Amino acid sequence: MKVSTTRNFKANAAEQLANETLRAALTKSKGHFTDSRAIAAENLPEFEDLRDQSRDIKDHTIENLDFYLEAYEARVKESGGHVHWARTAEDARNIVLEICKSVDAKAVNKGKSMISEECAINEMLEENGIRAVETDLGEYIIQLRGETPSHIIAPAVHLTKGQVEESFRANHTHLDPDRILEEPPTLLDEARTILRQKYFEAEVGMTGANLLVAETGSSIIVTNEGNGDLSQLIPKVHIVLASIEKIVPTLEDAATILRVLARSATGQEFSSYTTVSTGPKREGDPDGPEEYHVILLDNGRTDMIGTEFQEMLRCIRCGACMNHCPVYQSVGGHAYGWVYPGPMGSVLSPGLLGVDEAGHLPNASTFCGRCEEVCPVRIPLPKLMRNWREQEFEKHLSPGAVRVGLGLWSFFARHPKLYQLATGIQMRVLARAGRARGRLSSVPLAKGWTKYRDLPAPEGRTFQSRWKSGERPQ
Amino acid sequence: MSDNRETVLSSLRRALGRSGPVDDDTATKLRARMVGHARNTVPARTALDDAGLVELFETMAKKVHATVAHVPNMSDVPGAVGDYLRGENLPSEIVMAPDVTLDAAPWEENALLEIRRGVPVESDQVSVTSAPAAVAETGTLAMFSGPSHPSTLNFIPETHVVVLPKGRVVKSYEDVWDAIRAQAADPESGRDGQLPRTVNFITGPSRSGDIEQTLLLGAHGPRRLHIVIVDGE
Repeated sequence: MKVSTTRNFKANAAEQLANETLRAALTKSKGHFTDSRAIAAENLPEFEDLRDQSRDIKDHTIENLDFYLEAYEARVKESGGHVHWARTAEDARNIVLEICKSVDAKAVNKGKSMISEECAINEMLEENGIRAVETDLGEYIIQLRGETPSHIIAPAVHLTKGQVEESFRANHTHLDPDRILEEPPTLLDEARTILRQKYFEAEVGMTGANLLVAETGSSIIVTNEGNGDLSQLIPKVHIVLASIEKIVPTLEDAATILRVLARSATGQEFSSYTTVSTGPKREGDPDGPEEYHVILLDNGRTDMIGTEFQEMLRCIRCGACMNHCPVYQSVGGHAYGWVYPGPMGSVLSPGLLGVDEAGHLPNASTFCGRCEEVCPVRIPLPKLMRNWREQEFEKHLSPGAVRVGLGLWSFFARHPKLYQLATGIQMRVLARAGRARGRLSSVPLAKGWTKYRDLPAPEGRTFQSRWKSGERPQ
Repeated sequence: MSDNRETVLSSLRRALGRSGPVDDDTATKLRARMVGHARNTVPARTALDDAGLVELFETMAKKVHATVAHVPNMSDVPGAVGDYLRGENLPSEIVMAPDVTLDAAPWEENALLEIRRGVPVESDQVSVTSAPAAVAETGTLAMFSGPSHPSTLNFIPETHVVVLPKGRVVKSYEDVWDAIRAQAADPESGRDGQLPRTVNFITGPSRSGDIEQTLLLGAHGPRRLHIVIVDGE
């Protein structure tokens, strides 16, 4: 499994907040996906209905997941493909390696896959002397830089074009050092030319899957660049690495989810390429892979079924929640410290890594609720984050100051008379302290607030005492 | 790894509160749901007559930076392809799908085009294929792999020219599912009950927004997608 640094979320976030280049990159991308999504939703009157239906399809499938997985497996086999089951990330790595060895692979071309990140497939391949070539432009860029994706659909969103140029100059040393390489089109052309050669060199192509279809044994990928298609069409072997909750019953169900996926992700009506693959090439087919393997990964997902976190398994990985999250938009994806950032990561990561490891993440939320508002499958992300917070508290994992603070608050909340008395005193003290300027630049126990801004000093009486004395809104 | 299979399935069943597979009644219902192919909501924007569908397809395809030309008949296709390539300053060597739809056009009459039929190689600049179906809803072409349509023709050359007889424009993705199922079941089709290995839905040329969210065309697949709609027979 990919190494996690989620325990250091606070330190990671502080570091990212101080990173000026990241600020510049995030500011530039701000509003891009959110505006497009709003327009796409507006342009489809049926969008809300389709969200409800997508939610229901995913719920139905998960309630009968064992049945649909077996049906799917049978159809893959009928179409000439192979199905491998992986309980853990390690199982998945072993299966991938075994398949690569069976064809003596020197290189694996990869379409974008978060499951591959989760299982740390590239690290395993390199350790075994097999070249892993990320072919998605964003993934290619971060692979050159030795970084991980900071967003599930826009892996290089944390970088500026200047940084991309730097990496290309450092890595593509066979090219003229004086070439002009400033603007995105020249950068894209250079990446296109270099990757083009690599497509024809690999023995194995690997993709993830946005959907698996039980009815037909098909896997579906959705891309804009076409790299996933070139990765899976040209090499001799196509490996699909997908987690078990990607199943839907029928192609009709897939169509419904596809209608909300691109719109929620990038605001496109439909991505450039939606590809349905079923088995290896047929007799008489002039191209396509000779072998088709699907690896079905569990890696902690079954443990979420039957718990309060089951709804998280509806997730279709569109990234809308992080695009709309004020915390993600401030700290970027790397601060979260593991594969899945943003609100969906704050719910999924503790599920897959354990609350001891990733229990910090659900605290990185303002509970503004935008993630739930835009989630195409209506996952109640704030509620699920709250559930993790409760578990963290019950397991005595939250910091001492938080526990003491919550303990005090809960005491006063249960004793309203004392609460009113205490807040009344507090108000008068704060009002007096801030009398001169109308605001306070330091308050005991509230350094987290006053470090960055002043606290307005209270004026007059508390709300409760005004209400009690009969005051009402006009 | 058959142990993994049993472990995953049994822990799933436990988590779902069952001691074994779904009961027979449920299994019957689930199987019926899978073969029933019931449609969920299909957007009303495609509630149009045939001409309206072609118009919607064209509007949507242009929105995603495909270009569209119309010709009256199949016999006008080679001329239109040649005009397009000249207009874009592109080479006149093309690699073309070995497809009966395209056989109906008089390619030999256009002496300027150099045509090879089959699978593209890295150096090929222009491909020509037909599309067995096109979805009006989002301006999407549907391509089915098979002996007459190598899928790599859709991705390797920088320019992809698609010949689309207008009667092939359908409303929705669901219509395409029905078409591939019908083809699989048709003994004449040579599909032998199987779906095509690859079904490509193509909506505009290849693109990327990975560098500062700037939209760029031609990331790995074609930079240009040109659709020639054949209005007559």
